[in-house]
Amino acid sequence: MTAINTSVNGSKPPEAAHEEHDFRTFGLLVFLISESLMFAALFVSYLIYRSSHSTWPPEGTEVELLLPTINTIILVSSSFVIHRGDTAVKNNDIPGMRLWYGITAVMGAIFLGGQVYEYLTLGYGLTENVFSNCFYIMTGFHGLHVFIGIMLILGVVWRSRRPGHYHANKHTGVEMAEIYWHFVDVIWIILFSLLYILTLF
Amino acid sequence: MAQAQIPLNSPPSPPAETNGHQHPEAWKWYHYFGYNTDHKVIGIQYIVLSFVFYLIAGMMAMFMRAELYTAESDFLDPNVYNALLTNHGTMMIFFWVVPVAIGGFGNYLIPLMVGAKDMAFPNLNAIAFWVNPPAGLLLMASLFFGGSQTGWTAYPPLSLITNNTAQSLWILSIILVGSSSIMGALNFLVTIYKLKIPDMRWNELPLFIWAMMATSILALLSTPVLAIGLILLLFDINFGTGFFRPEMGGNVVVYQHLFWFYSHPAVYLMILPIFGVMSEIISTHSRKPIFGYLAIAYSSLAICFVGLFVWVHHMFSSGTPAWMRMFFAISTFIVAVPTGVKIFSWVATLWGGKIRLRTPLLFAVGLLAMFVFGGLSGITLGAVPFDLHVHDTYYVVAHFHYVLFGGSVFGVYAGLYHWFPKMTGRMYNETLGRIHFVMTLIGTLITFTPMHSLGLQGMPRRVAMYDPKFEFINQICTYGAILLGLSVIPFIINMAWSWRYGEKAGRNPWRSLTLEWQTTSPPAIENFDEEPIVWAGPYDYGIDTQSFEAVPSVEEMLKEVSQEVK
Repeated sequence: MTAINTSVNGSKPPEAAHEEHDFRTFGLLVFLISESLMFAALFVSYLIYRSSHSTWPPEGTEVELLLPTINTIILVSSSFVIHRGDTAVKNNDIPGMRLWYGITAVMGAIFLGGQVYEYLTLGYGLTENVFSNCFYIMTGFHGLHVFIGIMLILGVVWRSRRPGHYHANKHTGVEMAEIYWHFVDVIWIILFSLLYILTLF
Repeated sequence: MAQAQIPLNSPPSPPAETNGHQHPEAWKWYHYFGYNTDHKVIGIQYIVLSFVFYLIAGMMAMFMRAELYTAESDFLDPNVYNALLTNHGTMMIFFWVVPVAIGGFGNYLIPLMVGAKDMAFPNLNAIAFWVNPPAGLLLMASLFFGGSQTGWTAYPPLSLITNNTAQSLWILSIILVGSSSIMGALNFLVTIYKLKIPDMRWNELPLFIWAMMATSILALLSTPVLAIGLILLLFDINFGTGFFRPEMGGNVVVYQHLFWFYSHPAVYLMILPIFGVMSEIISTHSRKPIFGYLAIAYSSLAICFVGLFVWVHHMFSSGTPAWMRMFFAISTFIVAVPTGVKIFSWVATLWGGKIRLRTPLLFAVGLLAMFVFGGLSGITLGAVPFDLHVHDTYYVVAHFHYVLFGGSVFGVYAGLYHWFPKMTGRMYNETLGRIHFVMTLIGTLITFTPMHSLGLQGMPRRVAMYDPKFEFINQICTYGAILLGLSVIPFIINMAWSWRYGEKAGRNPWRSLTLEWQTTSPPAIENFDEEPIVWAGPYDYGIDTQSFEAVPSVEEMLKEVSQEVK
């Protein structure tokens, strides 16, 4: 067997490398379905807490709306930016891909910065009441995902420094980072409507 | 095969980079103690590690039964009893049945059964295994801080006010094994979906694969919810949040929902792989095509689906509103339908078969009896009025030990005996196997049957002391538990001795038709020494008896077929 000669340290047998494209995207999708259940658990718990309080959010833990809205716009538009990058790599335009992915990473970083700024200016902390518990845990957990997404994007940019690492027929890694980013984005939209918009009603 | 080796994407790594560390011809013993990406090694690692936890948790049960021999709390301190109780449950569930049934059998058998060389993500697979030992160590460490006192459910407020350090370590440990289970399930799904050999049609998949598919979907959908519940609990204990503190506006029932949304499906995680094992064993050893292949396959998926919507039946006494009680009582009864379909199909398979009553089949038939009984007591528990009466009594303990021990553990034993020749290349000792079976069966019956009566009379579970009037029945249970404890000894001797000195098994000692029996025993490192061929359905036993008997062995039939193909 030829595959006997592959190294022990995890490199897949050659045939597997050939089909890897399908594997990894499919695996990521399965993982994201599982991951979304985590957020779903948080959302449902939040709605239960909301329904058991007469005023929501309770007195003294109001949220501001302007900064998060700007943040939302930044994050949502970054999804389009990263898609430009994906289109670029499909057209074999690696510098273009690196540019668009770089912009996405910067937008993600701005989002995280805005989030931190919001934490610092809100005037209440994690332990104030159940609303603040939910608020910090949910945004924090999402922020963690944004952070991981940025790391993935930077990883793609870093790897693409070598010519030929990604090209029009081999861009699974690029695509996976994009899928993950869209996921983070969709979660944020739900989170934003729950934590911010729902407090208006 | 060759075209994929063109180093278009990455330059080929020079041999020096791998430290000259190449695949050996076969794994040596020490390969089983390190990081290894071969699914067969990982499967055996899972089985052996979880068996160690099984022994530890079993010892805990022995101590608990010894304490319960008398009504007074005279042998153990009640706090120690609580810690033992919690860790017995936690270990048996998260460190024995789940890893051995899903991790062990799943890893070992899935690629072999679908004709693949390895899992889709071998590295992820190895990582998923290596998360388990540290998780186990965390759980052990929690014992040195007094141990978690709350039972395996860790309900707040009890979990918020007792032994905070131990409880936190317990939570971290469970989150770790949970992530391991997600990684494993992901791998199984992708492997089955993408690496199944093309000749094998979906309705020719072995039923174990169908069962593992249902298991993986269930694990992927439910485990994250438990993780969130535990993370919130961790924050409540350590970081001053109040999700489950009513005085801060929190709600303890939310935890119960999050917990049971995982932990009810967890009982299907523990039994579905075993159902798969059952289908393989019963059909093979009664030499008959499985009765109702599609019914069994789809009933696994049905259990997976319905199983996601029954969790509130654990919470009938938690102030659950009436409509919820009604809904979840009905959905609980509905789960019995697909389960019953399986039971009937197995009985119908056995009916009129050419039964070889070897140890795997003995355990499988034992499982049938025990599981039907445990399943029926489960149905009674699904009825709200009865559940309210026996909630948190020994009736519940009796029920879940019948299905978990009499069901899952019997199935694990059956599977271990059945695939022992494949895993080691040697046969186990039949006499010791039968002694093991008889001791286990009698021990189980003596230990757990009287508990039904204890529960109906109102003895609460999870408490070290009880009313002296229950003493006699408890002593019977303790004697049974001692027998059950001793029953492991012939098993261990059998496994250890046969692994070294058992008689050689050959490729296919059971003359089974699934793909894993087409390769050598134990299988070569990349599984198949020649390409596996689907020359019959997985359960086409005895369909063309004459030609089947005429050909002396499967190898020769294989040779014939492969020549025809060429």
